[in-house]
Amino acid sequence: MVLADELAKQQRSISVAEFFEKNKHLLGFDSPTRGVITTVKEAVDNSLDACEEAQVLPDIFISIRKVSNEVFRIIVEDNGPGIVPAQVPFVYGKLLYGSRFHQIRQTRGQQGIGISAAVLYAQLTSGVPTIVISRTGNKESAHKFEIQIKIETNEPDIISEGPFEWDRIHGTRVQIEFKSTMSAKKKLIEYLRYTSVVNPHARFRVELDDESFTFERVSQEVIACPVAIQPHPHGIEFGQLKRMAAVSELKLPDFLVESFSRVGKKSAQEICVRSGLKESLKVKGLSTEDLKKLLAAMQEVAVPAPPATQCLSPIGEELIRRGLEKEFQMDFVAARTRPSAVFSGHSFMVEAAIGYGGRLPAEGNAILLRFANRVPLMYQQGACAITGCVTGINWKLYNIPSQGGFPTGPVLILVHVASTNVPFTSESKDAIAGIPEIEKEITLALQDLGRELKNFVSRRDKGKLAEDRARAVCAIIPEIAEKVSSIVEKPLVDTTPIEGKLMRKMIAKKATRDGKVMIELNNYTAHDADVSVYEISSDNAADAVPKADFTSEMDGQFTKVWKAAIPARAVWRVTFTGKGGGILDIRGIEDAKKMVVDLDV
Amino acid sequence: MSKEELEKKAMISLLTIANAWYDQMKSGEIPSISLPTRTKYNLEFDDASEVWKYGDKESLRNAASAKSATHLLKMAYVIGFIKQQLKENRSSTLREMYYISEGWKRAKFSAQDESNFLIEDLEILSEVPREGFHLHPEENGASIYGPMRIREETRRGMKMIHCQDDVGQAGYTIPNNVENIEFVDHDAKFVIAIETGGMYDRLIENGFDEEHNAILVHLKGQPARSTRRMLNRMSTTWNLPILVFTDGDPWSYRIYGSVAYGAIKSAHMSEMLATPRAQFMGLQPSDIRDYNLPSDKLTEKDIEALKSELTDPRFATDYWKKQISLQLEMGLKSEQQAFAARGLDFVTKKYLPARLADMGII
Repeated sequence: MVLADELAKQQRSISVAEFFEKNKHLLGFDSPTRGVITTVKEAVDNSLDACEEAQVLPDIFISIRKVSNEVFRIIVEDNGPGIVPAQVPFVYGKLLYGSRFHQIRQTRGQQGIGISAAVLYAQLTSGVPTIVISRTGNKESAHKFEIQIKIETNEPDIISEGPFEWDRIHGTRVQIEFKSTMSAKKKLIEYLRYTSVVNPHARFRVELDDESFTFERVSQEVIACPVAIQPHPHGIEFGQLKRMAAVSELKLPDFLVESFSRVGKKSAQEICVRSGLKESLKVKGLSTEDLKKLLAAMQEVAVPAPPATQCLSPIGEELIRRGLEKEFQMDFVAARTRPSAVFSGHSFMVEAAIGYGGRLPAEGNAILLRFANRVPLMYQQGACAITGCVTGINWKLYNIPSQGGFPTGPVLILVHVASTNVPFTSESKDAIAGIPEIEKEITLALQDLGRELKNFVSRRDKGKLAEDRARAVCAIIPEIAEKVSSIVEKPLVDTTPIEGKLMRKMIAKKATRDGKVMIELNNYTAHDADVSVYEISSDNAADAVPKADFTSEMDGQFTKVWKAAIPARAVWRVTFTGKGGGILDIRGIEDAKKMVVDLDV
Repeated sequence: MSKEELEKKAMISLLTIANAWYDQMKSGEIPSISLPTRTKYNLEFDDASEVWKYGDKESLRNAASAKSATHLLKMAYVIGFIKQQLKENRSSTLREMYYISEGWKRAKFSAQDESNFLIEDLEILSEVPREGFHLHPEENGASIYGPMRIREETRRGMKMIHCQDDVGQAGYTIPNNVENIEFVDHDAKFVIAIETGGMYDRLIENGFDEEHNAILVHLKGQPARSTRRMLNRMSTTWNLPILVFTDGDPWSYRIYGSVAYGAIKSAHMSEMLATPRAQFMGLQPSDIRDYNLPSDKLTEKDIEALKSELTDPRFATDYWKKQISLQLEMGLKSEQQAFAARGLDFVTKKYLPARLADMGII
């Protein structure tokens, strides 16, 4: 008894704010380095969500500057609808306060923890209050707040408040100062770049201490804001059902039809029959036992999938492609948006893209971009269901090398999971949990794209093969001929018949020897041809025989053009003094009928 | 074949290759050449000579792609180089030729393996060993210790050498060209070819050669051609049993394989290099079990190599199938020097005598 009394003195409720102070890692503030990214991410998520709701094209400004040795000032400003002054302290100064938690639709933020956690983190590390300026329209004046959180009670602590002169007509600006480092700068820029890929309608201006850059928008279309829907009978849990029942005045079948999506009269009756409850009962009076029966019956009865088109906002294949193309130079990119599907009553949709070649790093692991509701997932790649699906695919089938299941080489993979309830593995929202329905969709999308990539690569290889053959025939065989002729001590054997026999094309060769450039065109086709020969190099070709029909100079580079009429199986030649190099091209003949070989390479 | 005949044959066959290419190009064809496929899947047992040789599978190399055209170009340069060398009666090492290729522009070799491989191709095409091209490898320095006498034609004149009395304690060093050696006489009952230097030294130190009238040959890992040719000649000239003593792991079985059956790379010369009557003495996987030797776990690569040996025609005997399966089952390998765990005399007093009796040698 005595001990219990002692213990009782220590037992008290814990405020949410206190809890998170001790468990910063749950919110992505486990290290000062990560704090910067999490803060920018939360603020940018809020800005994008707000702009979407207000149907404006987002213009977001992000600034991160060093204030003193360890303290950094992070500013995120948007052109969204603003927040009414009465709400500002709660949005920023109270954890678990939000507008989207109870809605069933795709949003970036959800629980209302993110930005207020950053405010809390600032307060704990630098002690500097967070400054928020917001304006809701040109008729209203802007308001400026200095805000902290009362840790014991989880209530906002307003340090100062007042009207403010602001040049923006509407929008919100938040300024947070906390102890951090910029050692994760690369990751931060990556985060912003990836965000810009999946939000092609947004413009991001970024200013850092030593550089500034802009991620430009590629789409002028405001994206449709997803509409909230009612819960689906398959995706509801007991607590929620109990709350809904407690406030309803309706009879059982009407309650089911009115409060849930896709439940019609017939399904409602079926649910009642299954649960063994009378249709005349009012839901308000149902006991816990009855509600449990009802819940079980709701899960069993077949109900169509929730209406995904309203509550989800996929990026779309076209915009994913454009978003990727603007940030990565690639030779190939394809995107897939899968039809919507359902897990435990929650709608979701998978989108994926594969890029290949170009400036992507030729060696090492492929680049994997993971997104959930248009938010890049930057951490815990190994724990994510997306990574699992990527490594689960047999990439060899698509002629892509892999190591430990993960594709390697110049490959980029993007996967976006959009859902009314993205199943994350933890509150820091870094990794998607392994839900079989989602994994299946991701795998199908990637397999589909893999096939498309395989086609592209094999088409390209075919072209390479032809080029490779041309090089062998036009450049190496003549050298073999030279060497072999000297070994057997016979006159130099002419290899042009081999060329003609194999190529049946117009072949242009360029060779530089002893300060002389020679360009030779062999018309191995069956037809006479009128072509223009373009050569661009630092040689002016003043002594060319025959003379160029046209010459122009730009920055020391001379463009020379010869017009040549070459009968079938005839040869045309020009020589001039020069160092060689540069570019040679023939025009006036279709690509499939010509081949240019630089013998100097 | 005399030196002159060999050189003449080399010159004729190389010029035949060049002429064939010349004629192909003259008639407007892409130059090409076909070669036996040089993998283990193209090894066939030759009943007459009892060695493994390349089979009928051939691959055609033609100059239709940049890669194989470059290969032909390199071959043409090497033929030109050998022709010059034979004409001027000069010689060079394989490494020297690799460096000389630096000046061949597009035809330059990227690694010495590549030039060595190409020389082997030419050996196959011309049926002339590389000595006929005046090309030889670096000194390998493998050595012999035991009761035998040879006469060697050196650059400093003819020398008579007894491989116990006239040599230091490291033994007689096998020269590059074993053809210059005359086998005079011997007082040996058998030859033991040993993989590691440590075991070779142990047997000399323990006087095993004198006690058992044994000739000891140090293989120095995977034996060079000259070492294999030496064993081949001891076997055929003196009719001595050749016993191979290596570590107990898959890589060492391949050493035995190359002594007894020839290497995949030089299957075209198996008749000269392989000693079909060579027997594997140890260390056998069953020895690891029977003597409870200190051992290591097989690595993934080891397991892979063992499995690949199960499909190698050279190891397709009941003895090897049994031993390799046993080793895979145990998952263990041992080095020959693991016998030291039983005392330094154990290998010479117990293991080898027991094994020799077992094999019916003594």
